[in-house]
Amino acid sequence: MLIIDDLHVSVEGKEILKGLSLTANPGQIHAVMGPNGAGKSTLAKVLAGHPGYEVTQGTITFKGQNLLDLEPEERVHLGLFMSFQYPIEIAGCTQFEFLFAAKNAQQKARGEKLFSESEFREFLQDKLKLVQIKEEFLDREINTGFSGGEKKRHEILQMAVLNPDLAILDETDSGLDIDAMRIVAEGIKKQMNPNKVLIVITHYQRLLDYLEPDIIHVVIGGKVVKTSEPSLVDLLEKQGYDWLEKETLGV
Amino acid sequence: MDILEDRKQYQYGFVTPIESMTFPKGLTEETVRAISLKKNEPSFLLEFRLKAYRKWLTMKQPSWANLGVNPIDFQDIRYFSEPKKKQTLESLDEVDPEILKTFEKLGIPLDEQKRLANVAVDIVFDSVSLGTTFHQTLKDAGVILCSMSEAVHKYPEIIEKYLGSVVPIGDNYYAALNSAVFSDGSFVYVPKGVRCPIELSTYFRINERETGQFERTLILAEEGSYVSYLEGCTAPAYDENQLHAAVVELVAKDHAEIKYSTVQNWYAGDPVTGKGGIYNFVTKRGRCEGFRSKISWTQVEVGSAITWKYPSCILQGNESIGEFYSVALTNHKMQADTGTKMIHIGKNTRSTIISKGIAADNSHNTYRGLVKIAPQAQGARNYTQCDSMLVGNACSANTFPYIEVHNDSAEVEHEASTCKMNEEQIFYLQSRGIPKEEAIHLIVNGFCKEVIKELPFEFAVEAQKLLTLKLENSVG
Repeated sequence: MLIIDDLHVSVEGKEILKGLSLTANPGQIHAVMGPNGAGKSTLAKVLAGHPGYEVTQGTITFKGQNLLDLEPEERVHLGLFMSFQYPIEIAGCTQFEFLFAAKNAQQKARGEKLFSESEFREFLQDKLKLVQIKEEFLDREINTGFSGGEKKRHEILQMAVLNPDLAILDETDSGLDIDAMRIVAEGIKKQMNPNKVLIVITHYQRLLDYLEPDIIHVVIGGKVVKTSEPSLVDLLEKQGYDWLEKETLGV
Repeated sequence: MDILEDRKQYQYGFVTPIESMTFPKGLTEETVRAISLKKNEPSFLLEFRLKAYRKWLTMKQPSWANLGVNPIDFQDIRYFSEPKKKQTLESLDEVDPEILKTFEKLGIPLDEQKRLANVAVDIVFDSVSLGTTFHQTLKDAGVILCSMSEAVHKYPEIIEKYLGSVVPIGDNYYAALNSAVFSDGSFVYVPKGVRCPIELSTYFRINERETGQFERTLILAEEGSYVSYLEGCTAPAYDENQLHAAVVELVAKDHAEIKYSTVQNWYAGDPVTGKGGIYNFVTKRGRCEGFRSKISWTQVEVGSAITWKYPSCILQGNESIGEFYSVALTNHKMQADTGTKMIHIGKNTRSTIISKGIAADNSHNTYRGLVKIAPQAQGARNYTQCDSMLVGNACSANTFPYIEVHNDSAEVEHEASTCKMNEEQIFYLQSRGIPKEEAIHLIVNGFCKEVIKELPFEFAVEAQKLLTLKLENSVG
């Protein structure tokens, strides 16, 4: 479903990704791990189409289409979703207006029937339960005054509303306490099915214990340096990335 | 392509090729007399004008605003211009077809279909009122909506009594100038107990080059009456600055309510050089004269090179209410210094001020407001909220709230905030499937929500579109 081949990406003239390749097929959960500054979040932003990231080389193919040709919103309409590490605050616009606009933009782009406000409220009920968000929260302004955990739960709510085929979760576990982590992880897991792909970017084992990934990628220096079985996670947790960095550099 | 882009930025920048009767440039006592003579005015009005002119001569252009104004040569302006075709117009059918075409381009609701939308329109083209739609409905209700010139002849005693009663001729430099040379405008009279059945509307258009537009509006709402009045403004794109110095006076009697809404989209000058554009120096003031009277100002200001405007309320009647809802958007090289004055005189008077300033590109956007509680204004209350939104790093937003309280029982609240609209917010919304244009729309209209909801429906939609359109090119 997703083929990333030899991806080179620069931010303000500085090359962050230096030939990253990764392939993901339906039904798989991939974990992307690696030290700080390795380029993990850059990968997430590029997949979502952030205008500040310049692709200088390589290709990304999603469902057979050249992803790099598409605007961020078109990628969403095609079935891609990226959960932000730091969700953005927008005052004045409520969560409900936001979700309603997002869902109907997707419906419109796909030539499907638009929701009325009352239909959409009805549609939201299950999704709210999935991440244990109270309906009152829909009247709050986007991420404004939310705790870290609330923001992340709302990211997963957005994901549930848009029902993507490919979801990239950028450090969704950061800043979560144990209860919030469980809620978020379960919310994600319940959305998974054999037709979907999940790419989980994380530093920690905890979220992966819940999600049980099929494949682990280690990114160091802007490249995938190791792709492996899930058992690698234990080793990384114990030994860190140093040994892999050395192995990569051929020391 | 460039032409297309320009049009997108200011689609009202065209000129209508009609012949006009204009006065030579310059302002002397003779000009004032000539305007009065041309309009065949009663002597009280000539006296009014001359007094104002003499007062104006002794005054100086104000310089206290947070604005960089190029020097204005008041002798280089034409003080009168009217479409040549006819003297008096009986109906819109007699208006020059070129002008009607102009209004069609502007989307002015003149045709029958639009009449169903319940909007009565008075139109001021350059200096002269062209005609009012919807005569019969208003007549049946007893509401008068006509040009100021017509009112001067038909209702001279009302005009003599109220003209200059809210904005005195010497109130400020531009008000004095307007009082001396105003050429036309609108007059509205709502009789006792009448709720005006339709929205009243005026459309202002400056067409001639180097012509000033000095219109004068007077709205009088008698006891227990209600009226909602809207004005819209556009002008062609010329290189020279054009002066617009209007005066609007409102008077509300016991239990009367006046709602005055403006969508101002005058030409703002060249986006890059800042050349040209309208200097919008306007004095708007309402007097809540009666018990429990109410005046609301709602403005969406998105045009003009410079906006200098403080729609105000004098809360004279006990328990009277004043409201000011404003969105002022500046982009490119625009400057705005706008706000309100709420003068509490009566007992238990209340006022609300909600101001939303949006500054983008290299523009400067200032809120300036005065809340004054007079010694006798027992139990007065004010709530003020001033929010600013910055788009980009080269713009500036300022807030100057002045509060004068002379009565200990007053409650005055002030809240202010500043936020930034940035690429990250737009990207966030886009990454949830919302197209860029709609993302800007959501962010801006979320910010302005409390003001937009005060506008009548069709104008609210129009205003929302305008705000989005203006900002599209300013964001990332």
